Amino acid sequence: MSAAAALGIRPLTRIDGELPALARGAAILGTGGGGDPYIGRLLAEAAIRAHGPVTVVQPAELPDDAVVVSAAMMGAPTVMVEKLPSAEQFAEAVRTLTARLGITPTHIACIEVGGVNSTTPIVAAAELGLPLVDGDGMGRAFPEVQMVLPTLYGHAAAPMSVSDEKGNSLVLDTIDNRWAERLARTATVEMGCSVSTAQYVLTGAQLKESYVTGTLSLCVRLGEAVTEARAANTDPVAAVAELLGGRVLLQGKVVDIERRTQTGFARGTAHIAGTGADEARSATLHFQNEHLLVEADGAVATTAPDLIIVLDAETGEPITTEGLRYGARVRILTAPADPRWHSAAAHRLAGPAYFGYDTDPVLFDGTPVTER
Amino acid sequence: MRIGIDVGGTNTDAVLMDGNTVAAAVKRSTSADVTSGIVEALAGLREQRAFDASEIDAVMIGTTHFINALVEARRLAPTAAVRLGLPATASLPPFVDWPDPLIQAMHGRAYLAHGGHEFDGREISALNPEELKRHAADIAAHGIRSVAISSVFSPINSELELRAQEILAAELGPNVAFSLSHEIGRIGLLERENATIINAALRELATTIVDGLASSVAGSGLDAPLFLSQNDGTLMDVEYARRYPVATFASGPTNSMRGAAVLSGLDSCAVVDVGGTTSDVGVLNQGFPREATGEVAVSGVRTNFRMPDVLSIGIGGGSHVRDGGAVVGPESVGYRLSSEALVFGGSTLTATDIAVAAGWAEVGDPSLVAHLPQDEVRRALDVIAARVADVVERMRTSAAPLPVVAVGGGSVLLPEELPGLGAVHRPENFAVANAIGAAIAQVSGEVDTVYAISEGRRSAIVDEARQEALDRAVAAGADPATVEIVDFDEVPIPYLPGNATRIRAKAVGDLALTAATR
Repeated sequence: MSAAAALGIRPLTRIDGELPALARGAAILGTGGGGDPYIGRLLAEAAIRAHGPVTVVQPAELPDDAVVVSAAMMGAPTVMVEKLPSAEQFAEAVRTLTARLGITPTHIACIEVGGVNSTTPIVAAAELGLPLVDGDGMGRAFPEVQMVLPTLYGHAAAPMSVSDEKGNSLVLDTIDNRWAERLARTATVEMGCSVSTAQYVLTGAQLKESYVTGTLSLCVRLGEAVTEARAANTDPVAAVAELLGGRVLLQGKVVDIERRTQTGFARGTAHIAGTGADEARSATLHFQNEHLLVEADGAVATTAPDLIIVLDAETGEPITTEGLRYGARVRILTAPADPRWHSAAAHRLAGPAYFGYDTDPVLFDGTPVTER
Repeated sequence: MRIGIDVGGTNTDAVLMDGNTVAAAVKRSTSADVTSGIVEALAGLREQRAFDASEIDAVMIGTTHFINALVEARRLAPTAAVRLGLPATASLPPFVDWPDPLIQAMHGRAYLAHGGHEFDGREISALNPEELKRHAADIAAHGIRSVAISSVFSPINSELELRAQEILAAELGPNVAFSLSHEIGRIGLLERENATIINAALRELATTIVDGLASSVAGSGLDAPLFLSQNDGTLMDVEYARRYPVATFASGPTNSMRGAAVLSGLDSCAVVDVGGTTSDVGVLNQGFPREATGEVAVSGVRTNFRMPDVLSIGIGGGSHVRDGGAVVGPESVGYRLSSEALVFGGSTLTATDIAVAAGWAEVGDPSLVAHLPQDEVRRALDVIAARVADVVERMRTSAAPLPVVAVGGGSVLLPEELPGLGAVHRPENFAVANAIGAAIAQVSGEVDTVYAISEGRRSAIVDEARQEALDRAVAAGADPATVEIVDFDEVPIPYLPGNATRIRAKAVGDLALTAATR
């Protein structure tokens, strides 16, 4: 029996009625960011109603010469809840890119499993009638295009397409993945801050080496586990921690929140006073679009790239950085990212220093990583 | 003096208020025909304290008619939803994720059209009058009598919704009502559009109900102006109520909290309403309930109404007490308290029995609980106090001290002081708190939009938003001398350029009775 099976994770073979659980699990892996999974769920449900269920394949089943395109939404989640996508906007980005490259895609994949981008590839796959790969490029949510494991393997985000709902599309050729982020972000703003993209065209072999596998199945299991624990009056937060191999760092109450906008990013801190068994303790969360660093009792307890997840202390519902408010009873959970996020190169890509925090990375269990 | 009336599903309560003092209070059964219950309640007030029509400055009514009509899916007008935004938004047309029976009950039809704005004010596409005229022809052909119009980013720019209304109204004639989303909700297209559709479906009922309310008041010999309570506890005049029935949806709990607060002479406090099965806790800040931040589902439809934030726990007068007092609730004997509780000769140990055994309440037969061990009674009371205090703690918006006001039949379960919170206030007359809340209501104006805050402009933009809220309150009928900002917040929005920040400001003032009415 595999470790995943022991935790009750069943590999998905298709997506049909699993969307509510998948969206809730994706919000948990969104670590406070990643956009509104409600809209993502509605979009995927509508696409499946129109085109039928989406077939899911495991990365191991991919032929080495498969042509896999990752689909994702880019822009501001606040805009996406107002300016909803056009019909087939996600398929359009894939069509634009593959037509320009003269290739025929065989599969669609997720580049980011946390938040709304767990469901946008389902929409593209349904619209295009293509199977979806059960995995993603990061195993969590991060804000920028280059912050994915394929970057560490030298795989290119571009050629990358960006399509808006008006019918505009562009294809970017860039010298590296940070330039892809930079140019795509500028285009996104001009196009109205909610675009669909197709990126990281990989062969089956490239995807198998560089993606995190089974993350859509994990989302479904996470979502189910929260619902089941609530129905059985057991602890949903503990269920999430067990599935992710993480730890509950602290239980407490939000006693102060400070938000400010700095160089285009919303940054903030939240102070949590311990409650119950953690009465004498305290924590400080540092967040931008996601929760990126948590201090407990005055010392750094965990940083990105490991996962910092804030859940409602009782219901286990994930709390976004925007949804944090005074008085909320929360439990802070930390969990390991994919181990490949812990090389020096990976830490330069998405470690605390990249996000402007003056500290070396700290693993989910509190182990500091000394960078040379 | 003012008269406040609360028309609930079961009871119609009325109060005559002299300032913040209750001069008379009555409770009558709600009638099926809207009017007679109100006429009876007004007659009841006159019996308690004779008054002349000229002494009454205003009549305020809180009503559950509209939310009940939606919940029961009855008396809804045939309704069309017209959305401006194409080619954007076609992935999720209007009525997506609605329960089918509710769509059928309003013969709901969805239309998509070009238009809409980007976040920065550019148009997504130009409005197409011919396209709207074609939609109008189809709307007319289906016998639709009420139209909801939504446009992408209309809370930032309302121009296209107004132009679409002009075009459609010219085609459809004067007998079709329009509801515009920018007047009803905030950012979040589906939720705002859903609220607008619900409003549209209630427009015909609103005319009937408002006419009924007005004629019952006039029929009782009163010529004072009539106002209805809104969700946030402020007032709208009858013309506004005809156009925005949806604004009454949460007025019940809001009025109850505000009424309790004024009875206690507090304007920032937690209100704990202890019923038979649950305790509901809300928080008033400067006299207004804190609003829930998330989406609120009404009758299975997701909306972003401003509903008061209320937390409930399963502790009430009928709660079961088990394990030697260590566990109270959430199971409850509910309305069977008067037969199942020990003090009434029943066989279930309830929280009410504990209160009687402790000498905190005098109901039923105290000798039937005299055998309860004192340490068990003590333990159960401590559990109740600790859990209620925990919920109040959770609802606090700041570290500042927060007085607690207890109302409801089960409030005898609460001690004189709650751990960590201080004294518990227990107002009289709380049975008619809803009607009192209606009678004391004020008038508000609100701004909720996204601003691009450029370097050095923050304070100017903040001032502008605050002034706009003040102006809107005055336009809604507030006395300019009393208007002030009661709520303000700004939240930066991630991934948007130009330091985009969502600013909300709410201003409130006393109703300008002389100017607005007589």
